[in-house]
Amino acid sequence: MSKINLVTKGFLKENAVLVLFLGLCPTLGTTTSAINGLAMGLATTFVLIMSNTVVSLVKSLIPDMVRIPAFIVIIATFVTVVELTMQAFVPELFEVLGLFIPLIVVNCIILGRAEAFASKNNVFDSILDGLGMGLGFAFALTILGAIREILGSGAIFGMKFFSGDGMLVFVLAPGAFLVLGYLIAITNKINSKKA
Amino acid sequence: MLNLNDLGRLLIMAKKTESTLKNMLVALFVIAFISSTTLGYVYEFTKGPISDARLKKKVEAIKIVVPEFTNNPNLDSYKIPSDMPDSLECYPAYKDSTLVGTAIRTFSDIGFSKRIYLMVGFLPNGTIHNISVLEHSETPGLGDKMDKKKSKWSEQFNGKNPESYKLKVTKDGGNVDAITAATISSRAYAQAVDRAYKAYMANKK
Repeated sequence: MSKINLVTKGFLKENAVLVLFLGLCPTLGTTTSAINGLAMGLATTFVLIMSNTVVSLVKSLIPDMVRIPAFIVIIATFVTVVELTMQAFVPELFEVLGLFIPLIVVNCIILGRAEAFASKNNVFDSILDGLGMGLGFAFALTILGAIREILGSGAIFGMKFFSGDGMLVFVLAPGAFLVLGYLIAITNKINSKKA
Repeated sequence: MLNLNDLGRLLIMAKKTESTLKNMLVALFVIAFISSTTLGYVYEFTKGPISDARLKKKVEAIKIVVPEFTNNPNLDSYKIPSDMPDSLECYPAYKDSTLVGTAIRTFSDIGFSKRIYLMVGFLPNGTIHNISVLEHSETPGLGDKMDKKKSKWSEQFNGKNPESYKLKVTKDGGNVDAITAATISSRAYAQAVDRAYKAYMANKK
């Protein structure tokens, strides 16, 4: 697999949310607006790159039988770093995403990539994989958040272009499922054309 | 030349540590040790900014809810008992040593999800000057309209004196117009303000 492929596969072909259906809890929970989706996506990307790097570096030192707890500790460390940093420097954002940041620890994408990719590949490829999968996740969350924000509150990235309320259902949980369903359908269509 | 890929291949070829009890203990101990050390440093580093951010938020809320002041309400704060076991924090605002208002951090548990925290500003005669939401987890798009950033709903309290203005939603026989489709959140908001008012009047110096 070429290096470019490692990064781009996360966007459509193996998109964590739209194709693999991993990490749907934060996906549905945080995407009430485009900026929230983007921030959650970038926080996950950071953790994913860092954990992939470290897991790939120490993979031969960790005995197989304790690899899962070891990976979880590594991931949890980076998540806590992100949480404390956000709390300190972007408190407004932390207020919105606060509940979901600790949940990055149990996001299947991160443990999944550590187990399936980083523990079997070299450091450089693992970083690229983390970057690709993470940006793909951020991409899906931003699109989802943007659509929900446009339909639900008539705004995009907080800028209002439509006075009034919009369709409230899109800001609430059912809207997340509706939009995600359509996005999955579109992704399938695109992927089936390519194949 | 040893490029990154060769380095990676070398690392892969390095012999896999076997799963003996000793190896497992050592590996986990080392990882946990490094993790906790790192986190300790990050915590120390972010401790200051985090408490600054919290304080800034509180001071900003106080500035919004009481008239202009010259003292530091945070230093002059005191606690008053409420109808619940938790006491309320009061931040008196003085302008050139005359009391111009008091900001009270109040709460309500009857909201739609977690406890709601408000900062309510009273003028010395008990009139509500302004209210600001500190923390809430109400439904986005519905109950979160209590926040000034989302709608002008909460402005109906400004300038009202609870002596004549009944702090209950109209459905319960009060004077507060509830948020459409969020009566529960509105009820909690009114209860929090009412709690602050009663505690303030009972403990007025």
